[in-house]
Amino acid sequence: MKESPGKKKKTVVIHLNPKWCKGCYICLEVCPKKVFEKSPEVSEKGFQPVLVAHPELCTRCLQCEMLCPDLAINVEKGE
Amino acid sequence: MNQRIYEMINDRAFPTPFCPGCGHGILMGAVLRAFAELEWDLKNILFVSGIGCAAWIPSPHFKADTLHTLHGRAIAYATGAKLFNPRLKIMVISGDGDLSSIGGNHLIHAARRNLDLTVVCANNSIYGMTGGQMASTTPLGSVTTTTPKGNQERPFDLCRLAEAAGASFVARQPVATPIPLTRTLKKAITHKGFSFVEVLSPCPTQYGRRNAFRSAFEMIQGLKNTCVSVEKAKGMSAEDLAGKVLVGEFVT
Amino acid sequence: MERKKVKSTLAPGWYFMQGDEACAEGALAAGCRFYAGYPITPASEIMIRMVQRLPELGGAFIQMEDEIGSISSVIGAAWAGAKAMTATSGPGLSLMVEAIGYAVITETPCLIVDVQRAGPSTGQATRPAQGDMMMVKWAAHGDNEIVALSPWSVQEMYDLTVRAFNFAERFRVPVFLLADEAVGHLRETLVIKEEVEIFDRVKIPGKPPFGTEEINGVPPMPAFGEGANLLVTGSTHDPWGFRKTQDSAIQARLTERLIRKVRDFKLEVVETDPHLLDDAEIGVVAYGFTARAALAAVKILRNQGVKAGLLRLVSIWPFADGAITGLGKRCRKIFVPEMNRGQIAGEMTKYTSTPVIPLPKTNGEVIEPAEIVEGIRRNL
Repeated sequence: MKESPGKKKKTVVIHLNPKWCKGCYICLEVCPKKVFEKSPEVSEKGFQPVLVAHPELCTRCLQCEMLCPDLAINVEKGE
Repeated sequence: MNQRIYEMINDRAFPTPFCPGCGHGILMGAVLRAFAELEWDLKNILFVSGIGCAAWIPSPHFKADTLHTLHGRAIAYATGAKLFNPRLKIMVISGDGDLSSIGGNHLIHAARRNLDLTVVCANNSIYGMTGGQMASTTPLGSVTTTTPKGNQERPFDLCRLAEAAGASFVARQPVATPIPLTRTLKKAITHKGFSFVEVLSPCPTQYGRRNAFRSAFEMIQGLKNTCVSVEKAKGMSAEDLAGKVLVGEFVT
Repeated sequence: MERKKVKSTLAPGWYFMQGDEACAEGALAAGCRFYAGYPITPASEIMIRMVQRLPELGGAFIQMEDEIGSISSVIGAAWAGAKAMTATSGPGLSLMVEAIGYAVITETPCLIVDVQRAGPSTGQATRPAQGDMMMVKWAAHGDNEIVALSPWSVQEMYDLTVRAFNFAERFRVPVFLLADEAVGHLRETLVIKEEVEIFDRVKIPGKPPFGTEEINGVPPMPAFGEGANLLVTGSTHDPWGFRKTQDSAIQARLTERLIRKVRDFKLEVVETDPHLLDDAEIGVVAYGFTARAALAAVKILRNQGVKAGLLRLVSIWPFADGAITGLGKRCRKIFVPEMNRGQIAGEMTKYTSTPVIPLPKTNGEVIEPAEIVEGIRRNL
């Protein structure tokens, strides 16, 4: 993605569906930038889902999205 | 990027029944991605599966015609549908025990016939749904509920089996590398003839827990460490290849 | 279902044909365009006739690797839109049992021909028997309401095969043609008419394919490739095919409807063929090849002054309970010659308190009229 000098990179929008997330933490471990953290909340199904803690660090490698067994992560397309 | 995939699924079936960290969930995403990248309308695809966790990948999650059959019989049901309506594009998705143990006979004959089918075998080296019994693919020494002291039976090399039986496209990919997996799936789908893709798909609950894997992530890492592509293997010594699993496209 | 008359697939006229071959021709006339099978004596001739004739009619054929593969691909083809069939004998039918249950719960129309041979197990492959009468109804686990017909002639090997396909389409069930080696390998006259009446499954796009508002309804049946996003499954399911393995109301309704959709309409299926019953005091109940000897026996007895009459069962399942009860009211004894150890005789005792006397013969040979006469006279 081309950046004009001095322009701040737009933060990637990462959708995380806490209803589908089962707290397997593959995304958390696999992310090279440590974007995810464990949520302190417990979901309706009894899982501790992840939450998108640092989307500004995301490089859109898409490993989280592709390795999520529950299709719970959707990294929005960039410009 | 997953947006288009959300249009290909039955929302009412989610969240899925798969365990947290189940490799089959990753495979499900890869299959949908493959069809999305090929721009094939799922409406024209028939998915056939047997019994077991892997058989739940297409049924009831995919918004397409799905035929959820009996244990081991998916390929036989698919054969009938394909022969009567050759215009149907059919993908069989089922597990290693389903396809190679109870279903072994149908697998080798469909490969022999080189029927235009795509068979995706989700191999987790265990019978997961029933609580973790050994399978024909369980590695030597692995602990399962029916091999409490470690498995004494040699496992199948499913790709060599399919190739020997006559499959005209044979490949193996781990779910740990979703991009090559999706690429291989696309090739298998568009291949004319019998294509067989063995997908190494970890089962953290039944296999991992009993065999010293502490998390789903560790199993994904384990796959990344043991899988070596055919291309890379060419430049490696026999010593370096010991204990490794070859992945890639073996027959095309 | 949709009813229509179509041209026969054989030129009208008189033929001299083998029972197995006539069965294949009946299937083609009914619209069967998919056959999958595995060689087994004495049914292989059906498969051989189908492989010769199906290509002429644009159908598909495959010899599968085993009987499980055969019945499985029949069900797969049925969901791709075909009228599909397989033919086998006892040992092969035993292998197909799980799939029968699958066809029942998925409501898949299909025809399974069982050309019965002497059992149990491998038995006497080339010799006749009628040992699978109960099996087709009770073998698959769970409750099953299926249709089974029993032909006694080459003509019926043709006609009842057409009717079997029609019932399969009408009720969306697997249907059985319970032939035996004797009628399967018999050669006699077959009359082909100009036209044949056939039923087709109902199609209503947008309606649920696995449930009806009525508790005894038969849902419409789409095929793969029609955009129905079918959810075909052997698990308990809701009217759309969505799996519901924890819902008692759904299980209750599904299991009741699967039985009642046939049982409530059994009068459409039940068929008996009475001979000399008007003033009969001694009843004989028989079916299949044995009924031929039973008819001769009844005539011999009449000549000997015994008021005997034959009730031939043309349909076996659903059972002709009303006809048996009625027979029991008229006769003081009912004799049942069968090439098994009394399977239908046993079923009959549920419906009449008139003495039912089985005349079993399981030596691998057909029952002869004189044997039936003797068996009856001994017990008069």
